[in-house]
Amino acid sequence: MPQENKPSSVPPKKDKQEARRDFLKQSSAVMALALAPPLVLKAAQHDEAIAAVFEKMPVNLEINGKKMQLSVEPRVTLLDLLREQLALTGTKKGCDHGQCGACTVHVNGQRINSCLTLAVMQEGKKITTIEGLSNGDQLHPVQEAFIRHDGFQCGYCTPGQIMSAVACLHEGHAGSPEQIREFMSGNICRCGAYDNIVNAIMDVKNGGQTA
Amino acid sequence: MKKPQTGQPMDRVDGRLKVTGGAKYFADHQPADMQFAALVCSTISCGAIASISTTKALRAPGVADVVSHLNAPPVPGYKKTNPGDKNGLQIFRDNRIYSNGQPVAIVVANTMERAVYAASLVEVQYNQETHYTNMEAGMDKAFQNNRMKDYSRGEINAWQKAPVTHSAQYTIPLEVHNPMELAGIIAHWTSPDTLTLYAKTQGVKSVQETIQELFEIPEQNITVHSRFVGGAFGMALRVWPLEIATILAAKKIRKPVKLVITREQMFTLVGYRPNSSQKISMGATADGKLTGITHEAVAITSPYEDFTEGIVAMTKFMYDCPNVNTRYQLVPLNMSTPIWMRGPGEATGSFALESAIDELSYKLKIDPLQLRILNHADTDPERNLPFSSKYLKEAYQIGAEKIGWSSRNPAPRSMQENGMLVGYGMSSGTFGAYRGKATVSAILKSDGTLTLQSAAADIGPGTATAMVQIAADVTGISPDKITFMLGESTFPYAPEQGGSATVSTVGSAVSDVCHALLKELANLAISQVPAFKQTTPELIIYEDGQLITADRQTKITHEALLQQQKLPEVKVTATSQGGEERKKYSMYSFSVHFAKVHVHPATGVVRIQHIVSVADAGAIVNTKTARSQMIGGVVGGIGMALTEEAILDHRFGRFVNNNYADYHVPVNADTPPTDVYFVNKKDPYINPMGSKGLGEIALIGFAAAVSNAVFHATGIRVRDLPITPDKLLHIVSTENATA
Repeated sequence: MPQENKPSSVPPKKDKQEARRDFLKQSSAVMALALAPPLVLKAAQHDEAIAAVFEKMPVNLEINGKKMQLSVEPRVTLLDLLREQLALTGTKKGCDHGQCGACTVHVNGQRINSCLTLAVMQEGKKITTIEGLSNGDQLHPVQEAFIRHDGFQCGYCTPGQIMSAVACLHEGHAGSPEQIREFMSGNICRCGAYDNIVNAIMDVKNGGQTA
Repeated sequence: MKKPQTGQPMDRVDGRLKVTGGAKYFADHQPADMQFAALVCSTISCGAIASISTTKALRAPGVADVVSHLNAPPVPGYKKTNPGDKNGLQIFRDNRIYSNGQPVAIVVANTMERAVYAASLVEVQYNQETHYTNMEAGMDKAFQNNRMKDYSRGEINAWQKAPVTHSAQYTIPLEVHNPMELAGIIAHWTSPDTLTLYAKTQGVKSVQETIQELFEIPEQNITVHSRFVGGAFGMALRVWPLEIATILAAKKIRKPVKLVITREQMFTLVGYRPNSSQKISMGATADGKLTGITHEAVAITSPYEDFTEGIVAMTKFMYDCPNVNTRYQLVPLNMSTPIWMRGPGEATGSFALESAIDELSYKLKIDPLQLRILNHADTDPERNLPFSSKYLKEAYQIGAEKIGWSSRNPAPRSMQENGMLVGYGMSSGTFGAYRGKATVSAILKSDGTLTLQSAAADIGPGTATAMVQIAADVTGISPDKITFMLGESTFPYAPEQGGSATVSTVGSAVSDVCHALLKELANLAISQVPAFKQTTPELIIYEDGQLITADRQTKITHEALLQQQKLPEVKVTATSQGGEERKKYSMYSFSVHFAKVHVHPATGVVRIQHIVSVADAGAIVNTKTARSQMIGGVVGGIGMALTEEAILDHRFGRFVNNNYADYHVPVNADTPPTDVYFVNKKDPYINPMGSKGLGEIALIGFAAAVSNAVFHATGIRVRDLPITPDKLLHIVSTENATA
């Protein structure tokens, strides 16, 4: 680890990522040479497949209560892993820069923007997505409150809003409508359902089932 | 008589799917062997592509192809037009660059990360030419087309002769729809002339039509799926070049291709509200009767399309004024084409008109609400027709009462609380109440469930929920047994969800098809069930999924009726559209907005404390979802008033704040408690439900209410949106002077 911080580890002129790729491509070509007849080498696709193996890293995650041993490229974000490789498409991409909150999930019970973290950084962690929030057919009280109070219109930001709302309640940041407005401001709703979202969270906080 | 379902705050029928992550938006679909695309976009704002080098990109892992004007499959529809005609951007047709961010190539790879990386390896050389992105500097190029002719009634510029006059310039910056869902598409050619699309659109049928025109394949070979749309606000009212680029790439590699654009690209590829400059001049008699209004507007468009909207529309009929003239011009710039953004031109126009009325009221020393009532148009002065319904005065009254208008001190900068300057402002808005043509199929199954199908869209207002309520009232079938299906091009025709017309248009067809279904069931009972033999369809009572004779002595359930006849289902299809009533009446929805603001005297920060919005939108079908639409419009209006502004660096013709961190849409903490009220009176002519549109008027006029409140709080008139603290900074100096 400390070695990485040495100034000498700063790459020279060539882009670090590109240099690494060149290396991988060469090394995978060497591997291919050892394993396959020369004709196969010419097939770029084969080269890509081997390159892909080299570029992936193992990662163990527990997602919605299910333990998973995965192999992912280090550059894959948690969001893209969930959506594109695990078909958990309830978590949404709204900006990819941690500015909108649509991708909010829980990691070990804390809310985070899944677009701002790489999947490999979450080794051994427990991830909960919107798909894992309800107890079978029994919706989470926050999910029910969002329906009752119409805490959405188009529904696109809703999974992120709900994951954030659940965490907001757990954190003890739902003491008043004003506090909820502050602590829910990391989740943008362009349809403007904020008033209803605040009412839904207050309703759960107060344990009420009133409309 | 059973309580009607319409008018009730019913929960959304698709609510459960939306809170569980089960709602599938276009990008959530994953057809087998799907490939991922990324765009390479122009870094210059005007000129031509000199060369594109794809060698590095094609060598990158997993890359299938790089498609550009050099190798794109031909688009047959392009040949019907000449390059240089104003037919929109014909993507990959040639090497011309018209604006910054214009797609120049699309890269396809087997993972998203690989596509994005490979796109960074495409090397493009340009021959750059001088670009123009500054409207003020391009005023000499302003022009009119035949959609935007000058309007006048009475005497031109009559305001000049009035004893009390007001004339000022109002500007609105470029605003971007920025729905939460990023734009894009999944395109899959399942055969050389068969195309399946998962699209983000406000109208599957219009996508089908556009693709048919461009690719010249049979309509039935184009399937468009768009059941859930993550907001649009107008940006999904057309097929964009990025979608054609993806369809071309998919054609070339013969696999499903998904493109999801970036938030940055949302600023350059899917339209925007054009920046505009408006001059409003008005004159009145000393006792406040308007004698003349002149409204001149200029807005921007792209080099390859004339985008027009109703900027000056409201001025023509909002007030009872004998002399009105308007002019609307466009300035073409090196920008992509704008598209209607919620409240479209009327939202722009109303900021100028409703600010100007407020300014005039202070000159006249008449309460701004009173001045509006004094000049209320009882009939439409533009078309000389009665309004089909207009409860604007009631709306003014409700709003004034709820905000406490009468207790405000009318003098500017006269009110304070907790060290804040306090201001109250109000405004009004209006938008045409439309009704188009739509077809709906109704399928009643022998298990008693009713399924309705139409190619309508739902970008958020709750279309299916409202349709179920309408169908429940007509048929007497319980809402939980009714399903409304939308967003499929294989369903019967419905227009795009735009112009606040879906309930009016599709709801009417639902009402009609349900009546037709009941008639069909009645005839079946009359011909087949002995107890019904002597009756007529009109005399039968339809309740709780049953047919009941007028004397209530005999009942038969829908299930029993179909099962007796061994019918698995009864299917009826009906097409519905308005008739002559539109020629006899002027049809508009109206809104009234009241805002109470705090302005911090040392910094000029504006915080909205309380909002009351009132809508005259006819009969409200669902009070819960309607309220959500209203508060949503208000939130959009807060953005327009206080924060939203896409800023261009004219040296490069490029946006500098093209992301959510720098282009500020309101967040939860920016929004105050909002009270919504509906006049909720049926329009007797527009459609069977008596409902007018709601989506646009929720926003139209709102920005002026805030601006007027800020003036009341500070004495400073901001005519240049958004009202950011810097524009109020001189209150600090005056504060010091008075201290």
